[in-house]
Amino acid sequence: MSTAVRRDRLPAEASAAAPALPAFWRRPRPRRLFWQFLLIVLLTAALGWLAGNVQSNLERSRLAFGFDFLDDASKFFMGPNPYGYAPGDTVLDAFLAGIVNTIRVSALSIVLTTVLGTLLALMRLSRNWLVAQVAWLYVETMRNIPLLLQILFWHAILTHLLPNAREAWKPADDVYLSRKGLYLPDLVVEQGLTAALLALLGAGIAAWLLRRHAIRRRERVGHPGRLRWLGPALIVLLPPLAFLAAGGSLGLDRPSARGLGFEGGRWVSPEFVALLFALTIYQSAFAAETIRSGILGVRKGQIEAARSLGLKPSLVFRKIVMPQALRIIVPPLTSQYLSLTKQSSLAVAIGYPDVVRVSVAITSDTGRAVECIAIIMAVYLTLSLLTSLAMSVFNRRIAFVEK
Amino acid sequence: MPATFPPPAHGRPPTLPNPPDRAGPPRVERTLVQRNLAWARANLFAGPWNTLLTLLVVLLLLWTVPALLDWAVLDATMAPADIALCMERGGACWAMLQDTWRMILFGPYPPAEHWRPALAVSLFASLVVASLVPALWARAGGRRLLLAVWPPALLVLVALMHGGVAGLAVVETRLWGGLPLTVILASVGIAFAFLLSLALALGRQSSMPVVRIVCIAYIELMRGVPLITLLLMASILLPLTLPPDVTIHPYLRAQLAFILFFAAYMAEAVRGGLQAIPKGQYAAAKAMGLSYWQSMTRVILPQVLRMIIPSMVNIFISAFKDTSLVIVISMLDLLGTAKAATSNPDWWGLFIEPFTFISAIYLVVCSAMSWYSRLLERRYGTAGAHD
Repeated sequence: MSTAVRRDRLPAEASAAAPALPAFWRRPRPRRLFWQFLLIVLLTAALGWLAGNVQSNLERSRLAFGFDFLDDASKFFMGPNPYGYAPGDTVLDAFLAGIVNTIRVSALSIVLTTVLGTLLALMRLSRNWLVAQVAWLYVETMRNIPLLLQILFWHAILTHLLPNAREAWKPADDVYLSRKGLYLPDLVVEQGLTAALLALLGAGIAAWLLRRHAIRRRERVGHPGRLRWLGPALIVLLPPLAFLAAGGSLGLDRPSARGLGFEGGRWVSPEFVALLFALTIYQSAFAAETIRSGILGVRKGQIEAARSLGLKPSLVFRKIVMPQALRIIVPPLTSQYLSLTKQSSLAVAIGYPDVVRVSVAITSDTGRAVECIAIIMAVYLTLSLLTSLAMSVFNRRIAFVEK
Repeated sequence: MPATFPPPAHGRPPTLPNPPDRAGPPRVERTLVQRNLAWARANLFAGPWNTLLTLLVVLLLLWTVPALLDWAVLDATMAPADIALCMERGGACWAMLQDTWRMILFGPYPPAEHWRPALAVSLFASLVVASLVPALWARAGGRRLLLAVWPPALLVLVALMHGGVAGLAVVETRLWGGLPLTVILASVGIAFAFLLSLALALGRQSSMPVVRIVCIAYIELMRGVPLITLLLMASILLPLTLPPDVTIHPYLRAQLAFILFFAAYMAEAVRGGLQAIPKGQYAAAKAMGLSYWQSMTRVILPQVLRMIIPSMVNIFISAFKDTSLVIVISMLDLLGTAKAATSNPDWWGLFIEPFTFISAIYLVVCSAMSWYSRLLERRYGTAGAHD
C-alpha cells in the first residue's frame, strides 16, 4: 500500500474547516463510490453480454455447458504413458494422463535446470577467463532464441537425423535409438518392492534423527560424535537388504523389434526428449543469471570475515555464501520455475501429450471449447498456487536464519 | 542448512570475493608480451586446477569449432545446387537459404511486391533506432519531433504494407507473414500492453477496494496461465463469446491475446517501480497541491519508468520471442515461415539451415535490446536491483 491511498483525505479535512462544503459530486467519498459502482456495472454488463452470447451460440450448435462429457469414452490416442491411459478410457482419464505428463516433464526439467543453471553460474563466476567466456556465450545465445524454435529444432533433429526404426542404432544390448524414440530395457520388480520402500522410509527417519542428535551434540560439546557415517550408510544399505530378505527378485523387460516399431521395454518418446532438452537449455540460461546475481549479492564483508576466521574456501562457500545467496535466489527462481511449468505447454506444437495438447484434441472431438479451456486454466492456476506455496514454505525456512 | 549445494566443480571457490581481476596485476613498465603472459597466468593458468580447466575447454573448442567450420564453410554448398548435391557434400546447404530466404522473411506476401515489406521493416527499424537515441528523447524538443514524425510514419507503413494508395496493389492482411508479422505483433503488442499495464498497476495500488480487487484478479489470472491458453482462447473461445454475425480478424485475435497477457507482466514491473519510489515523493507532490493524475504523470511515473527500464526491456524481449507462439494457431510469423520452408519439397529434410537463419534474426534483435537496456542502466545509474 502506498501513500497514494490517502490522497482524498486532505481535501476532505480542508473542506471540513471551510464554511461551505463543495458540491456533492466534488466530494471524495461520493466520487469513490461512484467510480467503483461504475466499474462493477460495466464489468457485470460486459461479462453478462459475453456469457449470454456463449449461451446462445452453444444453443445454436446444440451443446449445453456442463462437465458430464468427462465420463464419456475418449478417442484421443496417446502412446505409453505413466498414468496408464489408453484410448477408450474416459475423457477424465485423458485429462489426468495429460496432467501427469505435464508434471513429469516440468519436474524433471526443473531438476536439470537447477543443476545446469548452478553449473553455468559458477562457470561465469570462475576466475578462469576461458570458462567464464564459454558460459557467457551459452547464456547470451540460449536465452535470446525463442523457446518454441528450440523445441522445434530438437524435435526435428530427433525425428529427421536419427535412423529409421529398422536401422535403429544399438549403443548397447537391448537399447534402440531411432526416429521412434529411445527404447530401453525396463526394470521390473517382481516382489519385495514394498519391503524395500518401507526400509527406505525407516532408514530416512533414522538418519534424520541421528543427524539431529549429532547437531545437538556438536552444539553441546563441540563435536558431532563418531557415528556421522551411520545415517547415510543406513539409507544406502537398508533398502537392498530388506529387498533381499523379502525374497525380492528383479526382472528385465527387454524391447524387441516388431514390425515397423518396437515392443516392450521402456519407451522415451522423441517429443518428450525434445521438450525436456529445449526447456532445460533455455531455462538454465535464465537460472544461471539468477543464481549468479544471487551469489554476487552476498556482501563481501561476509566472505572476508569468514576467511579471517580461518574457514576453508569450500566451507566459506557452503556455510557463508550459499545460505545467504539462496535467500536472494529463491524468490525469482520460483517464478522462473512457474514459467517453466507454463511453458511446457508449448508441447502442443510437437504433439507431446501434455494437458494442453489433450485439451485441444478433446475440444476438436467433442466441441466442448469452454469446458476444456476452463479445465486447462484451473490446472495451471492450481499448479501455480501449489508451487508458490511450496516455495514460500522453503523460503521462510531459509529466510528464518536472519536474526 | 543448505549444505546441499555442491562445492564448485574445481578446487577453488569461484564465488570468492572479488570478481576476477581481468585487468591483470598493477601496471609496472612491462612489454606487451610480458603483460599478456601475466594476464594469461592470472586468468588461465592460476594453479593446477585452473590450468586443467583451461586445457579441457581448449580441447572442447578444438573438437567443436573445426567441425562447425567444416559444416558451415568448408563443406557447405552455395547456389547453384540442389538437394542431392547438398546431401553429397554433407555440409550446410546454404543454397537452400538462397532459394527460400525471401519466402522465410515475407511469407505468402506476393513475391513481386517483396520490396514493400522489406522497405516497411527497414523504415520501422530505423525509426525505432532513431527514437532510442537518448539525445533525442531526453529533450523536450526531441520528444516533440518524435511525436510529430511517428503518426505519419505509421500511416506510411500501413500504406506500404496494405497498398491501395499511390498505385500500389492491394495486399490483403491474410497474405502478411514472416518478419513483418512478427514485428507488427511484437511492437503493437508491446505498445498497447504498456498503456494497459500503467492503468493496471495504478489500479492495483488504488485506494478503492473494487478497483484494486479487479486489477489484482486480472493480473494474477493472466500470470497464472500459459500464453498458449490465451492464444487458444482467442482463436477458439473468443468467436463463441460474440454474436454470430460479428467476426474478428485472426490477426486481431492473436494481437488481443498478446496485449492482455503481457500487460499483466508489465503491470507487475510498474508496481515494483511504484513501490520503490520514496514516500516523500508522493507527499511532496500532494503538498504542492497536485491532483492525483497530475502527481502521477508529472512526479511519480517519470521516476518509475526510468527505474524499471531493465525489467521492462526483459519483458519486451520475451514478448518479441513469444510472438513465435502464434504458429500454434496456424499463423505464419517468422517461425511459421521457417517451419513451412522445412517442408518445401525441393529441399526436403533440411531444417537446420532455416532454423539457423531465423535464430540469427531473433538473436540479433534480442541482444540489441538487452545491450540498449544495459546502456541506459549505466547512463542513468539505475541498478536493476528490484524485479
